[in-house]
Amino acid sequence: WERGGRLRHPWVFFSNGENNEISRMSHVMMSPSRQSNLELAYSLSTYSVIGAFCTEDNVPQCLLHINQELASLGLPVCIEASSPEGANLNAVPVLNAVYELLQIHRRDMCTLEEMEKEQMKKSSSLDLIQMTNSRLKDQLELSIREKSGLYETERQLQLKLKTLQRCLKGEKDEVQKLQSIIASRASQYSHDAKRKEREAAKLKERLSQLLIDRKDKKLAIDVLNNLGRSDGKRSQWRTTKATASHEGEMYKFLLCDYEESQKSLVLENAELKKVLQQMKKEMMHILSPCQPSSRGATADEELAESDEDEKTRDSSRDTLDQSCEHAREQLTNSIRLQWRKLRNHVEKLDNQASQVLHQMESNKDMIPFETHQDEMERMRHEVQQCKEFIHAQQQLLQQQLSTSFDDETAALLYDCYTLEEKERLKEEWRLFEEQKRNFEKERRNFTEAAIRLGREKQAFEEDRAAWFKNHFLNMTPFTNRRRCSSSDGQSSLSIISEPEIRMSVKAHKAKASTYTTFSTPKSSRSTAAPSTTDLYRTLRLIPDCSSSMHSNQVWQESSTNGDEDIRIKSKSRGLHCSDLDIFALGEDDSLT
Amino acid sequence: MNFSELFKQSNQLCKVSPDGKYLATCVQYRLVVRDVSTLQILHLYTCLDQVSHMEWSSDSLFILCAMYKRGLIQVWSLEQPDWHCKIDEGSIGLVSSRWSPDGRHILNTTEFHLRVTVWSLCTKAVSYMKYPKACQKGIDFSKDGGYMALAERRDCKDYVSIFVCEDWHLLRNFETETQDLSGLEWSPNGCVLAVWDSCLEYKVLLYSLDGRLLSTYSAYEWSLGVKCVSWSPSSQFLAIGSYDEKVRILNHITWGKIAQFEHPASIDNTKAEGNFVLSVPELPHPDEICAPPIQIPVVKPDPDRANPKIGVSVLAFSSDSRYLASRNDNMATAVWVWDMQKMSLEAVLEQTAAVRCFQWDPRHPRLALCTGNSKLYLWSPRGCVSVQVPAEGGFQVQSLSWHCSGDFLILLGKDQLCLCYMDAEQEENLTAYIVAKLHGVNELL
Repeated sequence: WERGGRLRHPWVFFSNGENNEISRMSHVMMSPSRQSNLELAYSLSTYSVIGAFCTEDNVPQCLLHINQELASLGLPVCIEASSPEGANLNAVPVLNAVYELLQIHRRDMCTLEEMEKEQMKKSSSLDLIQMTNSRLKDQLELSIREKSGLYETERQLQLKLKTLQRCLKGEKDEVQKLQSIIASRASQYSHDAKRKEREAAKLKERLSQLLIDRKDKKLAIDVLNNLGRSDGKRSQWRTTKATASHEGEMYKFLLCDYEESQKSLVLENAELKKVLQQMKKEMMHILSPCQPSSRGATADEELAESDEDEKTRDSSRDTLDQSCEHAREQLTNSIRLQWRKLRNHVEKLDNQASQVLHQMESNKDMIPFETHQDEMERMRHEVQQCKEFIHAQQQLLQQQLSTSFDDETAALLYDCYTLEEKERLKEEWRLFEEQKRNFEKERRNFTEAAIRLGREKQAFEEDRAAWFKNHFLNMTPFTNRRRCSSSDGQSSLSIISEPEIRMSVKAHKAKASTYTTFSTPKSSRSTAAPSTTDLYRTLRLIPDCSSSMHSNQVWQESSTNGDEDIRIKSKSRGLHCSDLDIFALGEDDSLT
Repeated sequence: MNFSELFKQSNQLCKVSPDGKYLATCVQYRLVVRDVSTLQILHLYTCLDQVSHMEWSSDSLFILCAMYKRGLIQVWSLEQPDWHCKIDEGSIGLVSSRWSPDGRHILNTTEFHLRVTVWSLCTKAVSYMKYPKACQKGIDFSKDGGYMALAERRDCKDYVSIFVCEDWHLLRNFETETQDLSGLEWSPNGCVLAVWDSCLEYKVLLYSLDGRLLSTYSAYEWSLGVKCVSWSPSSQFLAIGSYDEKVRILNHITWGKIAQFEHPASIDNTKAEGNFVLSVPELPHPDEICAPPIQIPVVKPDPDRANPKIGVSVLAFSSDSRYLASRNDNMATAVWVWDMQKMSLEAVLEQTAAVRCFQWDPRHPRLALCTGNSKLYLWSPRGCVSVQVPAEGGFQVQSLSWHCSGDFLILLGKDQLCLCYMDAEQEENLTAYIVAKLHGVNELL
């Protein structure tokens, strides 16, 4: 009770004047769980109406207080007591005040709600932020740990690097030392070797000197009789002339050899030149037809090249026989050019071939699988069919066997079959009838049209005859006389060009009528009165035999607008009238 | 294929005269000369001691027998069996003796390579060439016999002297750009002299006859270098075998490398370049033809010892310069045959034992080789075959040499020799056999 009053009026000091209570109240108001408290307040307010605030006695005070309060709230309304005792109140301002208060309250509630919502949002976002914060903290920690680990490894690696560098330095030093040792040893060795060799040479010298000095008696040649020279000549004295001749001979020998080698080289060169020439010719031959094809890609380049090529080709041909440096250069240049071209071409071809090959390969990969699948499918299907076939055979066999046993079931089965068959037949019959009916209708239409056409044609003939007559009469010397006489019979044909116009109009009319009235052109053939060709001619569809084809086509094209049936039947236009007659007969038969 | 009976020989001294008519063999201190066609003994000479070297003169008229231990040389004449000649080098000693190309002079190299003595059989004159270099191949005569190149060493420098063989006139003497000259060889046309450095440095120098340096070739540095050098008979190619197990082919125009043949331990299809590769193991299936890939046994050389057994040590061109046979020392069981037209590997002849000797037929592209057992192996572009020598007493082929006509082979055992004839008919059979083998048919065996 008391608590309810407190809740309703937190500002009122005189009903419950404890400060701490108020502060607690305000605290409650500020707390996020205000919603529930509010509800509680409402629920409590129901039984606090009995009133602790305003009693009979303190009405004026209350009024005063309320007025003050209202004023403090910024409401201009002043509640006054209608009577000095204050038992009755002036209803209007009170109600206004109450209304205002309610408005204020509602507004406050609204804002409160909004703020609560916002609060909720804020709190949830706060949660989220807190969560992310904690996560980020974790991450930070982790990365810090990682960083420290990396620092550690880096340190270790640096240490290792340092040791390795030290090692390397040591090794390098060692290598250098060893190299220097090797070098010194090598020099020492060579020095020693030289010394030893000199010593050996000295010893040899000494030895030979000693041997010579000893005048070795044993050193001798013992020949029975001297031999002649192998070439039969006497030996010659050593003279300067002989020396010179030796030199000469040597040079002659060398010269001969060089000449020979040169000759062989010249021969080889000539051979190679020939080959080169031939190659060039063949290259040109090969390249010339395929140039247009390759020109598409590098047209300008090749054009320039070919020009240049032409020039060098001619000049090289002229000067080839001179075999001078210039010519050779030109030849090689042109060959080089051709070769480059050929190479490009071959490369291009190669690329194409490789592409094709690649495609083929990729296709190859695909095809066998597919065909395999297909084949498998086909096989399966076949097997299935075979199985079915066998099954049917078995069934039939069994049936046959069973029929011999009980005829009744067989008869029943047979009946079933016949019934089914009959039904199917009936269905077909009905279909047929329908078709027949349609056909009959069409035929009738056509006959009507034909008859109409015949009539029109007749009229036309008459017209024409009249026109001819008229024309003829016009041509005759008695035109003037004839004109007045003819005008009464042929009123419409008074002008020369008129029949033509009329004719075309008629034709148009006829044409239009055919298309509008006739559902199928086929039925037109079955007409008996005018022949089909006549009809067409009349329709100006076949002007002459020579141009019939063209007109047919025209007709066909124009008729494609019709339904499918027309088009199909138009293809069998070549049928003779007799055929059609027969058909018509058959139709009649079927009708009957 | 026919085989003669076995004859005795010693020191593997058995040589056919350059004209192809006579066969000279040394048996201890005796020199036996036979007619090649009949194998009848024509002459029998007795030397003063066991012969250590024997050589025909170029005109097939004289035979030189050297007894190095005693420093003695005896020369025998075919035309005049009574004629004799004895050269005594005395206390200075003798390490090598050879005929000059004219067949009238003898060149003796004394011990310690103090000098080369040239003895004339025409005038008894003697002349000396000082400072010859002790090396792999210090003396070489040009093929036509006109010139002689001699490697010399003076003041720790290498020199080459070129002499005119006619009168031993010194034509040229020039210093070579080598650290330690190891060998020299004339091109077959006699115009270019190839000089190579010792194995410590890969360096091949080419000098003209007049001493001009034509070209220098070095494939690499800081590793053991040239092991052997061989000219093609056409003088077109110079093949250089080296310690890096490769053969490099230089051309005669630019003297640049045109091809390089490697000797890999495993051969696959790509290296054979479509050619079949033959492998000829002796056992269990003789002359089996294997398709690549092939694994060839490799012996790892001892790195601490001098002259390691690695690298290409033998190179031989066929007479038509079409094929080159090579042997890599750490794959001693295999002989590699290279096609010089395609510049590719033609065949690998793999044996179960180390190949002792191989030689090309001087007329045909046909390679004979032996591995120290009782079989002879032949390879030709059409195929290969192994033939058992039908001799009792375990005749083992240590060495072989072709007769100049290519009609027969001389097979040398430890102290015996035997001739192996291959006539045309046999050749046909051989071909058929080879073809059959190629098709995997064993019936003809």
